[in-house]
Amino acid sequence: MKTVRIIPRLDIKGPNLVKGIHLEGLRVLGKPSDFAKFYYEQGADELMFMDVVASLYERNSLHDIISETAKSIFIPITVGGGLRSISDIKEVLRAGADKVCLNTAAINNPQLIKDATRMFGSSTIVVAIEAIKEQNGQYLAYTDNGREHTGLDVFEWAQRLDDMRVGEIVITSVDKEGTGEGFDLELISKVSSLISVPLIAHGGAGKKEHIPVVIKEGKADAVALGSLLHYQFIKENESQKSDKEGNTEFLQQKRNFHIFEPCSLNDIKSYLVDNKIECRI
Amino acid sequence: MGDFKKKVVIIDYNLGNLFSVKQACDTVGMNAIISSDKKEIEEADALILPGVGAFIEAMTNLENLKLVEPIKNAVGNGKPLFGICLGLQLLFTKSEEFGSGEGLNLIDGVIRKFPAIYNERKIKVPQIAWNKIYSSKQHWGNSPLSEIEENEFMYFVHSYYVDPTEESCVMTLSNYEGLEYCSGISKNNIFATQFHPEKSAEKGISIYRNWAIINNLL
Repeated sequence: MKTVRIIPRLDIKGPNLVKGIHLEGLRVLGKPSDFAKFYYEQGADELMFMDVVASLYERNSLHDIISETAKSIFIPITVGGGLRSISDIKEVLRAGADKVCLNTAAINNPQLIKDATRMFGSSTIVVAIEAIKEQNGQYLAYTDNGREHTGLDVFEWAQRLDDMRVGEIVITSVDKEGTGEGFDLELISKVSSLISVPLIAHGGAGKKEHIPVVIKEGKADAVALGSLLHYQFIKENESQKSDKEGNTEFLQQKRNFHIFEPCSLNDIKSYLVDNKIECRI
Repeated sequence: MGDFKKKVVIIDYNLGNLFSVKQACDTVGMNAIISSDKKEIEEADALILPGVGAFIEAMTNLENLKLVEPIKNAVGNGKPLFGICLGLQLLFTKSEEFGSGEGLNLIDGVIRKFPAIYNERKIKVPQIAWNKIYSSKQHWGNSPLSEIEENEFMYFVHSYYVDPTEESCVMTLSNYEGLEYCSGISKNNIFATQFHPEKSAEKGISIYRNWAIINNLL
């Protein structure tokens, strides 16, 4: 038997946890360390931090978040967003990340993947693919949160990454991301069938019922979740106060909540076990 | 009582994330430093051999840093050694990775790669997952695993597994997609795990604590 991992995904902008829709329109949800600690205590299998703005001058706050988290959270931490060189990778690993997640740099400079897997070990190098379905049905890989077109076919790219022996691949359906409509099963199952390394599915989970489907039909080895868990956190911690920048009104209005049926990690894992899917409880 | 705490050296041979190992040591109160210095390693009271990555590159780095003999001597002199992941594999005789590489040869056995297909099913390699550990013939009672229950989940990241010749050193077993393999060993002053206790939540940290207690390092 194989156990699947449930991975809270924390999108970071400066000092804040943010969430968008289709990776855009970012709204501030709160302090990343509060969410991270909550998920750790609830039995998260891993945490994934993505710096979604990744501007150089804000890099220090990402490092601070990682080192603060790594001091008291003893599960694997993957960090991505804006990593462009071996020295960028070294820095986040030194801050306490266990794995790094590359996207833009991997596409622009595949040699970086080869150098990084050799230096840090394959399993340390995760590559993210942001997929958008074109009108003709083809899936193309994008960079920069689904903004930059690369012309790369997602399936060919996934196979090339597999050949380069990256540790694992995270596939994000940009079309589904933040919508709560469910995963893109066509995309995910096809990528999973083409690769021999583990696949993390991301983008679209709106209720717990979506998750066994992406594991059984999508053949995902792990699932990364954002909104579904974050909205539950906010529901359970409504009194929390923190310094926030940007759109805090959104939080008070809970505008997006009706699309989602937020649930906790415990709810999800019990539901998986009920569906005969093994996971760590 | 004025006594200095015993010194633990986390061996740095330029592979893997040592930060989390150090963090785990600090959390349980060990006096641990990260070092690749031969002298520090010779003077250490106990050693931790961590590591993620490639066996051959690891052995090459250890040789270039002239650390092979100091590690073997320390073990020979009865100092406690805790191997983690690649650090477990390095203790063995040889690896089948990229041909055949020689290891530290402290324990008889071979390192094998997970097959891409097992029982006619495709399996994902590396195994990156929480997996259960269960006991072999050895009991866990007085070991660093004393707080760990049978079938506890631990975090694994690896493409290779150890196949020890001496069955008596096998402490825990795990099963990945039907393939049963050795996930933890214990032999005299050597204790080593294929999983990452420092990434296996509070239960994993208890393994550090109990290793330190058993070896009187706190």
